Amino acid sequence: MKVLAAMSGGVDSAVAAARVVDAGHEVVGVHLALSGDSRGPAAGARGCCSIEDSLDARRVADVVGVPFYVWDLSERFERDVVADFVAEYAAGRTPNPCVRCNERIKFSALLDKALALGFDAVCTGHYARIAPDPATGAPALHRAVDGAKDQSYVLAVLPPDRLARALFPLGDSRKSEVRAEAARRGLRVAEKPDSHDICFITDGDTRNWLGTRLGARPGSVVDETGAVVGEHGGAVGFTVGQRHGLRLGRPAPDGRPRYVLEVRPVTNTVVVGPREALAVGRLDGGPAVWCGSPPDPGAAVGVQVRAHGEEVPGRVDEVTPGRVSVTLDRQLTGVATGQTMVLYDGTRVVGSATVTGTG
Amino acid sequence: MAVYLDHAASTPMLPEARSAMLEESTRTGNASSLHTAGRRARRVVEESRELLAEALGARPSEVVFTSGGTEADNLAVKGLFWARHEADPRRSRILVGAIEHHAVLDAVEWLVRHEGAEVTWLPVDRLGRLDVAAAERAVATDPASVALITVMWANNEVGTLQPVEDIVALATRYGIPVHSDAVQAVGHLPVDFGAVGLDAMTVSGHKTGGPLGAGALLLRRGAVPVALLHGGGQEGGLRSGTLATPLVLGLATAVGQAVAEREALARRLTGLSERLVRAVLSRVPDAVLRGDPDPSRRLPGIVHLTFPGCEGDSLLYLLDARGIECSTGSACQVGLPRPSHVLLAMGVDEDDARGALRFSLGHTSTRADVDALADAIAPVVDRARRAGLVGAVRPAS
Repeated sequence: MKVLAAMSGGVDSAVAAARVVDAGHEVVGVHLALSGDSRGPAAGARGCCSIEDSLDARRVADVVGVPFYVWDLSERFERDVVADFVAEYAAGRTPNPCVRCNERIKFSALLDKALALGFDAVCTGHYARIAPDPATGAPALHRAVDGAKDQSYVLAVLPPDRLARALFPLGDSRKSEVRAEAARRGLRVAEKPDSHDICFITDGDTRNWLGTRLGARPGSVVDETGAVVGEHGGAVGFTVGQRHGLRLGRPAPDGRPRYVLEVRPVTNTVVVGPREALAVGRLDGGPAVWCGSPPDPGAAVGVQVRAHGEEVPGRVDEVTPGRVSVTLDRQLTGVATGQTMVLYDGTRVVGSATVTGTG
Repeated sequence: MAVYLDHAASTPMLPEARSAMLEESTRTGNASSLHTAGRRARRVVEESRELLAEALGARPSEVVFTSGGTEADNLAVKGLFWARHEADPRRSRILVGAIEHHAVLDAVEWLVRHEGAEVTWLPVDRLGRLDVAAAERAVATDPASVALITVMWANNEVGTLQPVEDIVALATRYGIPVHSDAVQAVGHLPVDFGAVGLDAMTVSGHKTGGPLGAGALLLRRGAVPVALLHGGGQEGGLRSGTLATPLVLGLATAVGQAVAEREALARRLTGLSERLVRAVLSRVPDAVLRGDPDPSRRLPGIVHLTFPGCEGDSLLYLLDARGIECSTGSACQVGLPRPSHVLLAMGVDEDDARGALRFSLGHTSTRADVDALADAIAPVVDRARRAGLVGAVRPAS
């Protein structure tokens, strides 16, 4: 098979590429230039698409013995991920840019280009497993063996036809094994730290970054009754469930901590209240992407609403082409619209949808 | 075996240069030492200097050996700017061709950011040839403010020859020094430093059949740049650092031989280039030849084409996978594909500029190389075009 190995310059994609080479595939390494920033290494290397990372990826490709190219997908990334991220926040929602990047860049723009150039599949260093559905044989996405590193959440948005062209060689491995293997293979990136933050916000300060993009105006912080309890420097960038950084001068009457309950970008207002007010027992989302056939109403599912959040049990109430709604057996706190909810059946991803409402 | 069509990036060493260099690398001696070994090394350096000067119409005293073309360009641009500006602080403006190599462009931009230099970009026409009338106007607005003019001998991406003599004639009227990056010209075009009347000229080893890591700046007597490197005071204090005797010998041997064999090589490469152009255009009729279509006004070994609807990096990959090695333009950008500043300066549309390939031929090129490309190009372009449609932002939106 002709495989395009997406190589970020990190240890995971390096070992993934090495493994597909070992498996006997014809492999070409590609680093995605996403930031549109062509400054040299001196300009700073943080962020997953920096020059230094592309040089690391190139060294790995040399050692693994595959040709290596840099493909510039920065325009697509700016439009489909960065601009979307800004627009979602501007609308008061909390998006996950990694989900969008997988959906629209890695397994859309990149995969389509690879297929057009004659490749059969794209390989990444994601921690997730693909296994055929026992009944239909269609590819199904499963959680990785390493629960702490599992990335099925950010891949759940991929429909079966995309999964059929994806290879995740790390799904059966633990991160510690991957690092050890990288060292054994002589890959310099073996000890490179994991990336955590949003790759295009290189200093990690999301609120400041959004403020620059959207313009931050001071506004009111109100409680559930509408009474003004403080001021903020700009509603944009507050996230439902956030507790720190509210800088409220006065404590709540009951002395308990207050959390962001809602962000209203139109009126530039942030609503705060007690933790209980964050609890939700029902999630509405849609339209959903199903990995296989949609679940029947009443089906028991596991529900996850954050990349590294816990899975809580629940039940599917309603499934229509444009909508899915789920009742949770145990309440979740701090779920914002715009987040992705992923439904699991055991380790298998059933489907995913963007949260449009909670109750 | 790979079909190598990227000689403008680096061309194989000429056998004579390689054996001279390897032989010299077995010997010991610092050309600055006073004992026998040092004297022997110095003799090699000075004979190399004489050989290089002779081949390029310069005097031996006008040759400064450097680590390559980039250093020579930096020494010329920064060093002459500093010297001229120091002598007369009004001289703060540099006139630069818009299609210069990054070794010149980035040196100029550095001077603008850090040394208070001003820059006037000199435009080119659609064929990539510098507009002399525009240069004339740019000087005439305020001649006393001009520190330096720098215009390459021939462009490294599209191959178009530049009107260096006209620029020298213009500059001479105002007493302004002119530097020219002749890296791609030496060994392919007649290059006579003294006859043209340049003040400074850049030469590179590995573009001429010499070693990597060797180059020279020719400096007319009276053109004295401020040095970039300080230390032992070698090369008349203009370039400190122990002379790399084997590299210097390899460079001079290559330049001497390349210049001696230039006419025959140029004739052969012109023929091969014409064959390449015909082969590609007959198979991909909508490909566009860039640069001057008149072979006598272009570097004989360079053929630059744009392929509408294709991304250069797709073309590069697909050809590479078939064993054909070429370039999307200049090899210097760290793998990051960007539309070439040369094409943009020529008025090429940004979308068209993305689908650019430079094929460059050299002394080892054969008809078989060109024919291999001819066989591969149609399916490669076809496939790249399909990939280009999915990769582009506008059609997908």
